[in-house]
Amino acid sequence: MGETITFWVLAVVSVGAALGMIFSRKAVYSALLLGGVMLCLAVLYAVQEAPFLAAVQIIVYTGAIMMLFLFVLMLVGVDSADSLVETLRGQRVWAGLAGIGFAVLVILAIGNALFVPEPAGLAAATEQAGGNVQALARLVFTRYVFAFEVTSALLITAALGAMVLAHRERLEPKATQKDMARARFAEGDPSPLPAPGTYARNNAIDMPALLPDGSVSELSVNRHIARYDVERGHLPDDPKLAEALKHAVEEEPVTERSHRHEQASSQETDSQAEVTK
Amino acid sequence: MTTEYLVLSALLFAIGALGVLIRRNAIVVFMCVELMLNACNLAFVTFARMHGNLDGQIIAFFVMVVAAAEVVIGLAIIVTIFRTRRSASVDDANLLKY
Repeated sequence: MGETITFWVLAVVSVGAALGMIFSRKAVYSALLLGGVMLCLAVLYAVQEAPFLAAVQIIVYTGAIMMLFLFVLMLVGVDSADSLVETLRGQRVWAGLAGIGFAVLVILAIGNALFVPEPAGLAAATEQAGGNVQALARLVFTRYVFAFEVTSALLITAALGAMVLAHRERLEPKATQKDMARARFAEGDPSPLPAPGTYARNNAIDMPALLPDGSVSELSVNRHIARYDVERGHLPDDPKLAEALKHAVEEEPVTERSHRHEQASSQETDSQAEVTK
Repeated sequence: MTTEYLVLSALLFAIGALGVLIRRNAIVVFMCVELMLNACNLAFVTFARMHGNLDGQIIAFFVMVVAAAEVVIGLAIIVTIFRTRRSASVDDANLLKY
């Protein structure tokens, strides 16, 4: 009785989650719903006298494989939605029909097959070894030992293949600390950017600093913070500072400093090319 | 009772197959393949219980190992294609077409 209730609850949940997985528009939702299906299946394994497989299902599938899926999803871009362009006309409709037809065929085939009314149960098979895990281990290391050995070759191949596929050739030599120091001095301003201003009545980081000659340094304020201030109207009382903030917002996205840095690095690669000549 | 498990397994497999056919995002297609593998595992575990020997569970175990290796390679291929084509859609990976 308990098993029946467990089965029907989990069957409804897992079929619902699987349908949600293939119909949800966002890939992250699909991944989470797939995790739900896998958890349901783990419980069903535990109910069906396979406690070891239930644990492996949770550890390997929901633990490792789903993490890998989510990791790649974040890497590739969560917002890469499905394209709605149909390359083959009417493909979705025909695919839907084929899927439903396939489900009906398989389920009818199962319904037609003759099965023993009462499952034999695994008590006799596990009793001799003294437990499910022991019985599985005995089988893996006797009858299936060759398949087990081949598995190790498969895993090594997979690890090597992933490394080869993810490898990217470095086309130019890596910049050493010496190169970076040289580039920094070549751009004529080796010091860090000026810190924001700290005044008697204000110590927030959205205040531009005053340079020793009394002029306002626009470089001392982060452009995004300056834009926030200008949009919300949080401008300083001093018109000179407010003007500097507005000017910092109007600057191009590429700040002067990084622009100079690019120039310096391109000059550096030029000089390196000359050296290699 | 075991027939219901087999029907559930067939249903999940069909849903996975349907997903492979209708989705375009390569990662979601891959998730549907995983769902199909899981459905097969459920059938194997059910058969093991039905016939009273553990071979079905061993096969399910090996399927899990193969699925783990397959996910590693498949996701690496998807990332490589994304790097060159800037897209994870299966329609865009048509370089071998002509």
